[in-house]
Amino acid sequence: MHIEVKDLEKKFGSFIAIQKASFKIQKGHLVGLLGPSGGGKTSLLRMLAGLEQPDSGEIFFNGNLANSLSIQAREIGFVFQNYALFKHMTVFENIAYGLKVKKQKASVIKERVFHLLQIMGLEGIEKKYPHQLSGGQRQRVAFARALAPEPQLLLLDEPFAAIDAKIRKELRIWLRNLINEFGVTTIFVTHDQDEAIEVADEIIIVQKGRIEQQGSPWEIYNQPSSSFVASFIGESNSLASPISLQGFPDLPRYFRGEDRNSEVKVYIRPEWIEIRTENKYYLASASEPAVVSHVHFRGDSWFIEFQLTNGTKLFTYQSIKEHFLKVGDQINILIHQLIVFTPSETRVLENRSKIDPMPVFI
Amino acid sequence: MKELSSRLALRSILVSYLFILVIMPISAVYLKGFSLGWDPFWKEITGIIAWKAIILTLKLSILTTFIQAFLGTFIAFVLVRYKFWGRRWLNSLIDLPFSLPTAVSGLMLLTLLGPTSPFGKWLESFGISLLYNESAIVIGMIFITLPFVIRTVQPMIEQLDPFEEQASFILGAGKAFTFFKITLPAVFPGIIAGSMLTFSRSLAEFGAISLISGNLPGKTQVASVYIYGEIENYNTQGAAAVSVVLITFSLVVLLLANFLQKWKGRTI
Amino acid sequence: MRRLFISMTILILFLILFLPFLSIVLGAFDQGADAFLVALQRPESLHALKVSFIIVMIVVVINTIIGILLSIEMIRGTWISRWLRPLINVLVDLPFAVSPIIGGLMIILLFGPNTVMGMFFENAGIKIVFALPGMVLATIFVTFPLVIREIVPILEELGMTYEEASASLGAGPLRTFFLVTWPSIRWAIYNGIILTIARSVGEFGAVLVVSGNILNQTQTATTLVYQDSVDFNMIAAYSVALLLGLFSITVLLILDWLKKRKEDQLNAH
Ligand SMILES: Nc1ncnc2c1ncn2[C@@H]1O[C@H](COP(=O)(O)OP(=O)(O)OP(=O)(O)O)[C@@H](O)[C@H]1O
Ligand SMILES: [Mg+2]
Repeated sequence: MHIEVKDLEKKFGSFIAIQKASFKIQKGHLVGLLGPSGGGKTSLLRMLAGLEQPDSGEIFFNGNLANSLSIQAREIGFVFQNYALFKHMTVFENIAYGLKVKKQKASVIKERVFHLLQIMGLEGIEKKYPHQLSGGQRQRVAFARALAPEPQLLLLDEPFAAIDAKIRKELRIWLRNLINEFGVTTIFVTHDQDEAIEVADEIIIVQKGRIEQQGSPWEIYNQPSSSFVASFIGESNSLASPISLQGFPDLPRYFRGEDRNSEVKVYIRPEWIEIRTENKYYLASASEPAVVSHVHFRGDSWFIEFQLTNGTKLFTYQSIKEHFLKVGDQINILIHQLIVFTPSETRVLENRSKIDPMPVFI
Repeated sequence: MKELSSRLALRSILVSYLFILVIMPISAVYLKGFSLGWDPFWKEITGIIAWKAIILTLKLSILTTFIQAFLGTFIAFVLVRYKFWGRRWLNSLIDLPFSLPTAVSGLMLLTLLGPTSPFGKWLESFGISLLYNESAIVIGMIFITLPFVIRTVQPMIEQLDPFEEQASFILGAGKAFTFFKITLPAVFPGIIAGSMLTFSRSLAEFGAISLISGNLPGKTQVASVYIYGEIENYNTQGAAAVSVVLITFSLVVLLLANFLQKWKGRTI
Repeated sequence: MRRLFISMTILILFLILFLPFLSIVLGAFDQGADAFLVALQRPESLHALKVSFIIVMIVVVINTIIGILLSIEMIRGTWISRWLRPLINVLVDLPFAVSPIIGGLMIILLFGPNTVMGMFFENAGIKIVFALPGMVLATIFVTFPLVIREIVPILEELGMTYEEASASLGAGPLRTFFLVTWPSIRWAIYNGIILTIARSVGEFGAVLVVSGNILNQTQTATTLVYQDSVDFNMIAAYSVALLLGLFSITVLLILDWLKKRKEDQLNAH
């Protein structure tokens, strides 16, 4: 199902939970809804499902206005954060519920339920009650129940929140395959950005009731449209005070102007920073000298914090295969790119000196 | 050492207290009921008047329990689910039959249903009399047991997971279907537990009923009134025999209610 | 639908609760406020109220102390082994399941004039049946689960940790009780006490059987109402009944207030 949302607004009393939200989702896409707690993710899902009525704005399903469509008629599958399994029903009855409502024949129901049980790897537990299941099993039953009536749109509110970190990673891939198989348009809410980046075709970032950005994981990560997105997704060094860096002659320009200073932000992702211990003079005009101020082992990499000569502190990660650094070591820093946000524009700046004098190898 | 012995003393006191207060009196009733052996016991309870009183009490208690199961569940749902003016106030009033002395309750109903009250006159104009007959007894029982089902079901409704109902809507089910398939089954143990309390209280009630039932032996005399009469006539053995029947019924029902409560606690 | 359901509820509650109460108010003032007051000031009314008051005081004190001790022992006492606990649970619930009339009968069977114990106390100069001690016993039998049933769930929820923490900090049992246990069960106890008062004032069947209902001696407020109604002395019956009814409503208001306090306390956490 193709989804379009236009200028959606929702208030709870005088509190504005969703503000002028607009987005489109293509049929069959898997979209991750990401954002800080209280941002309005659940409210958006609930409005799509018809569990809340928007105060203004429109929702279109396949191009048809859906605002006044009843909950029952929307053909949606919803997996609640706490799963909301029917406690007094067995697994079988839970999954069969949506089909029973549609007055399907008992033989059809049975076949479909057992098919789903098999896909979900839940064979043999159909006679158990929800309280006799493990967290992961409950979650899969909730999925099966939502998928049984063949919904047009699947909404998942933090489906993995109650599951421990290790199994979550497995479930992500499982979810991806499941959705591919069913080909159903899916929106899933998550707090875990790795999860969203890994699984989703598209990511929508919601903050304070507003849609901050919609785009592919690559776009969201590398071309954040606001400083909020840049700081929310991935890790960044953030510089707020005016500085000059080698290779970025334009940088001070952004800090000029009267009262702009406070609203200008510069972000440098750790992977945009290269640490060089030898070859200090290679690309000298593009790099900065620095002193290592903190070293920390992270398992698969080193966390390195260092100080530039102008006092700015930055951090990055270095592979454990690289040269071992100690606090106080003199190093040479090459910043490949950075991103600048001003109230009026967002710019990704490349290191100019890197290309200018001589060809580079990266 | 001193502390230990004082603890021991305290425990013995508590145990003997329970013994004197509960075990001894109840055994006394059973002992007295069977004091002359099984046959006189059987003869007492199958005596025409005693038997009819027991059957009448059972019959009307069961009827009351069914009425209360419906009525109480309905009222509990309205009081929890709908916000309306005066709700809080109505809600506190539900316990009135519990805090009201039963003799006063009886007097109230006697006055209301009697021929001198406007309500009684109004009923009379339709040829309906609700005093000194079986309907009077049922009215008395319903009044006295009003809080039980409501008060056991209410908290269960409050604790329901609202998402279960929403999940049902999303799966395509309508309001009525959802209510009967999802909501009602979830509070069903509460309805049963409340109904059992209602049943055992109806069996036991004396004060509210004795004033309005007319106490016609064999017709409108309930078991507790019969027992009272036998005590007044110094037939304690007969009183005890019928008491044994009532206590046994209540005890079984109480144990079942207890069991249900635990079973409910385990599944949810 | 919503409107219909709300109206039905209000109508039902009006019919079941409100109309009966109204009829007694109307009855009491049927012949003016003076008749009502005169009826209240009859010596037998005053005496009955006094007897009720004495019974309530004794019962409340005994029930509260024993109730607290027994609840704590039921939850904390490791000596109450697993199989004994359900039994005690049922024992505590039993008075709920026994008709008050039967409760009275039990006391007559145990302490009546022709029984061993009755004679024993008779010789010691203590009259139990048809006297105050029997009535107190009957009332205790009927009301003693009330305090316990309020405290036990709270103690169960509280668990042992607080008390153990307190004890590990060197507090003795008494100190632990007053500093740790008491504050958390306080409201439950008040609730239980109010319920006990309401039930003891209202107890009728058991007291009727045990007291013999002797005018100006063992007659309580409720048995007086009963006697007056049976004798068709209606104004007198209504006046005391109305007093008891107002008392019950006060009890409800206090319970409501306590409940609100408890909720506020919960929300404050
Ligand atoms: N029924 C409601 N009444 C009042 N306020 C509400 C209601 N539902 C949500 N809100 C408010 O709306 C805002 C958005 O809530 P929502 O549940 O959509 O956030 P969320 O992004 O899902 O957060 P989380 O990640 O914590 O689940 C919150 O500030 C919340 O307090
Ligand atoms: Mg949420």
